Amino acid sequence: MGSGDPLGMQGTHTQAAGMGGMRAAGDLVARMQMTRGLRLKEAKQYVAEKLGVSTFDLSNPAVMTDVRSEFGFGRIHSYAISQPGEANFIEAKFNISRVLGIPINSVERFKERAGLAPAAARD
Amino acid sequence: MEASEQRIPTRMGDGSIVRMTRSEIRADVEAGSEAAARRAKVPALESDELDHVVDVYASAARFTGVDLGDEIVLSCDGTGMKTHATRQQDMQSFEQWMGADLVELCVGDYSLKVVRTILPYEAQCLHDAQLQMVVPMQYGVMPNLGLYSKPDGPCENWNELLPASQFEAARAAQEEAVEMAVEDMVKLADAMWEAGADGLDWDTTGASGDPEFLAALRATEIVRQKYPDMGVELGMAGEFVLGMNGHMEYDGVRLAGLYPHDQMLLAQKAGVTMFGPVVNINTGKSCAWNMARALTLIKPCMADATIPIHPNAGMGVGGVPMFVHPIVDAVCRAAKCFVDILKVDGL
Repeated sequence: MGSGDPLGMQGTHTQAAGMGGMRAAGDLVARMQMTRGLRLKEAKQYVAEKLGVSTFDLSNPAVMTDVRSEFGFGRIHSYAISQPGEANFIEAKFNISRVLGIPINSVERFKERAGLAPAAARD
Repeated sequence: MEASEQRIPTRMGDGSIVRMTRSEIRADVEAGSEAAARRAKVPALESDELDHVVDVYASAARFTGVDLGDEIVLSCDGTGMKTHATRQQDMQSFEQWMGADLVELCVGDYSLKVVRTILPYEAQCLHDAQLQMVVPMQYGVMPNLGLYSKPDGPCENWNELLPASQFEAARAAQEEAVEMAVEDMVKLADAMWEAGADGLDWDTTGASGDPEFLAALRATEIVRQKYPDMGVELGMAGEFVLGMNGHMEYDGVRLAGLYPHDQMLLAQKAGVTMFGPVVNINTGKSCAWNMARALTLIKPCMADATIPIHPNAGMGVGGVPMFVHPIVDAVCRAAKCFVDILKVDGL
């Protein structure tokens, strides 16, 4: 909160203390905090257990890049590191939902609107 | 103070450089903690905690950070507000380039009442963005109850009624505004949940005092019942709930005058999933003084919270100077102190 103020606040906090988002597993731990209300220690433990890594690894891009690729969790991409054959964006969230064992709202909506799940099953 | 003590460049709360000795920094840290303890009737920091704050600030290093393995989640509000491209592209930049753990769609005005009139458009933006992003996405607004009063809104203006000693009329206007804000917040939740949002962010809550805090708590309670899986982040506007009404209560607790610990207990009870306490900066004091004060005021939250605590560490709050461009050496020290001393769940 407040770390997202524009003009560079978020970048400084990321360098000093952040988990690194999709560079590592920050988005996965954030998801457990945001939608499950888990405190940091519990959220890290939950994600680490599901992925078969240590809580220390969760902030380490050198480990999490391969883990994300293995599970199809989406990776940061650019010219040099394109992965057109891997899951990304909404596809990746299907995988995150399945592996973490939590419903993701946008995934449930996608299923419903793409005719992959009955509307009544979503709520 | 030893005459030979080296002077170390550090910051004031307005961001300006001040050169202080280690002894002067220690004196400021102790004074900041004691000021908070007196004001909020909470314990001052322990001696080892004071020592650590002094170590962090009595260093000339340009940058510092937490230990490896101690990294935290950053709830990046305001990331999707059309700072450098479209709002969706802004959020993608934060996700892909800047390592944001979550992103937030919002409008530049950031006020709840403003969003009400463009809600379908906002929901469409969020829906489309969710298809092209991985990190969790919340929709953020500040309740900004003042916009519900004249001339911006339909309610009588309590800020004009109060100086005229028309207290009952002012309170009636506030109560009317609370009802409208709760309705708008729930409508916002309905639209955003349908669009696929992961969560909501009630930001700078309480800027209009106890009526605004009440509106956010009541809306959260409704949202939690309707959408059990929806995140609700509640960030405060200040360390102290202003008694603009004075009579407003939630769950039998008078809201005016609450400090972070009691604010957190009510937020937690209402169904908030992430709580953001705020301690405002004193620009006339050093950042070391401000940091010690912020740590002391927020520390009681940490023991009793069952939900993540993300202290606000943006411009002018949480030991970060009140200056438009984030001052890197001060921002990283604030982050390190919050993590090392309070073991916060995020910022």
